[in-house]
Amino acid sequence: MSTATPSPAAPRADDLSLSRRLSLRGLDAITLLVVPAVLFLLALFIYPFAYGFWLSFQPKPETVEAVKASIPALANYQKFFSDPFQYETITKTFRIALPVTILNLLLAIPIAFRVRLMTRQRLLTTILVVPITLGTVLVAEGLLTYLGPQGWFNRTLMTIGLISNPVKLTHNYWGVFLSLVITGFPFTFLLTLSYVTGIDPALENAAATLGAKASQRFREIFLPLLVPGLAITFLLSFVQAFAVFPSAIMLGEPAGSTRVISYAAYQAAFEDYDYAMASAIAIIMGVVQLVVVVIVLWARNLFYKGPVAGGKG
Amino acid sequence: MKALNDVNLEIPRGEFVALLGPSGCGKSTALNCIAGLLDVTAGAILLDDKRIDLLRPEERGFGMVFQNYALFPHMTVRKNVGFGLKMRGVGSAEADKRSDEALRLVRLESQAAKLPGQLSGGQQQRVAIARAIVVEPPLVLMDEPLSNLDAKLRLEMRAEIRRIHQSLGSTTIYVTHDQDEALSLADRIVVMRDGQIRQVGTPEDLYIRPAHLDVAEFMGFRNRVPGKIVAREGDGKAGALVTVQIGDSMVKATLREPIAGESAVLAVRPDDLEPAAAGVPATVETMEYRGKEFVGTAKGPSGSELVFRSHTRLANGTAVHLAAEPSRALVYSGMAA
Repeated sequence: MSTATPSPAAPRADDLSLSRRLSLRGLDAITLLVVPAVLFLLALFIYPFAYGFWLSFQPKPETVEAVKASIPALANYQKFFSDPFQYETITKTFRIALPVTILNLLLAIPIAFRVRLMTRQRLLTTILVVPITLGTVLVAEGLLTYLGPQGWFNRTLMTIGLISNPVKLTHNYWGVFLSLVITGFPFTFLLTLSYVTGIDPALENAAATLGAKASQRFREIFLPLLVPGLAITFLLSFVQAFAVFPSAIMLGEPAGSTRVISYAAYQAAFEDYDYAMASAIAIIMGVVQLVVVVIVLWARNLFYKGPVAGGKG
Repeated sequence: MKALNDVNLEIPRGEFVALLGPSGCGKSTALNCIAGLLDVTAGAILLDDKRIDLLRPEERGFGMVFQNYALFPHMTVRKNVGFGLKMRGVGSAEADKRSDEALRLVRLESQAAKLPGQLSGGQQQRVAIARAIVVEPPLVLMDEPLSNLDAKLRLEMRAEIRRIHQSLGSTTIYVTHDQDEALSLADRIVVMRDGQIRQVGTPEDLYIRPAHLDVAEFMGFRNRVPGKIVAREGDGKAGALVTVQIGDSMVKATLREPIAGESAVLAVRPDDLEPAAAGVPATVETMEYRGKEFVGTAKGPSGSELVFRSHTRLANGTAVHLAAEPSRALVYSGMAA
């Protein structure tokens, strides 16, 4: 209590017991409930991350010798950035993850705007969650046959005479692209929908009565209010897509156009048995993602970030 | 299920019309139909003899004030007010000038650069009003604009709305469930119930001569006692005097609608019911001090509760006779089905 005139009965601060003083600072027995979560984070996230970070600076002697490293601790990084086969995995992963994320977001926005007005949202939501629960491997497996030269997709197109030879959609860039769209879209959509429905419908009505056409209402009202949420959606979707692994191997060409960075780390760890190198690649991957996150969050700061309701009630 | 049924209303230019009714009576539905936010399934809406019910809201060009203000949270107050002008292609310098004029009218010129979230509820509602009127619309629509404000602010804003209407003379449709608001603001009041218009009239009309019992109830006729018509004078139309038997006492009252049989309901406002030498016998139950006078409740014939006013404090249990002017005691056939 810090009132100006304490009542005589009120105990002075130094009379209070330790536990009472701690609880006044927000520390009491209930605080102990965070301990399991903290231990969990330490054991499964902080420690492995710190260990990997440390390991990435402990290159194998062969690596140091191979790259003639001036600073031996950085040999793994030097090796990664001196070998196009390795460092090009960054651009290859970007080439998949960025278009997929942007496409998913561009698809999610108009669909979310339509779904917002529907009464049976829950049914649609359930249908959309299915690809998430199936997991990437099952989707990749299914697409492999569906999009393959003898699959339904090509056979249908050939039957109706749209194409004369099967379109190659597996074991290349497009296979990975399509599988990421399918597994990533529900996530992007559900997040976008929650942001879109969070905007007070009265704002749109107000804009309409003031003479704003649908496109103007979107540009002037919805978009500025959605940008912060869309930035977060973009980041979460992008990070997911950037970590693509199973579909890049199963549906792509892991030796060529879809040799993504996570596959490079996998090869270093489980084909070359060079854990230090694999750790270095994982750290590079993390840094690249972090750079994207920082850029997007910085850009988000340029927009209005307050509440998206138009007043009280 | 229809939200509105057989609603016909003509509003002359410059009039302030209040749609009054309990929640769910269709008053907001009517307003949203006029604004174009809801489609009418049948019927037509005309503005200066041009049909507008097929136009989109943005093509109608009305100004609307929403119950929750609906200010754009990411725009400054000035930009909020200027939004309608911008949409009409008015240049930004001209738009800012006119926005500032509108803000001066609602006395918020000093807040122009703030975001709506930084303003109080009453200020936000004034911004919403400025935003609606700055485009000089042929019609201003207000949907319970004061219901989110506290009682004191509501009174202030009421005067403000009246003042703005007087200085601009814009045709206004005002939706409310508060009869005080409607009575004090409107040139004409439309009382609605169950999607139908029950009565249209000036505030005085509605206050003194409600056409139906439900309108009377809404207009503050809190005393409604069943009785029997025992004598009629004149032609038996609305306005004729009748004698109604309440318990054992006879009360002179005014007929407000033709009644075929003898059973009727007598309605009196607490303000018009006073202790008198002769009248309906009742026993005082509570007295409330109201400054100028007292408001009491009393048990009347067959257990009915009567609310009356008195210049003196009466002890609980006092036997009184309550009476009202025959012109202020209204007789109805009963509640509409």
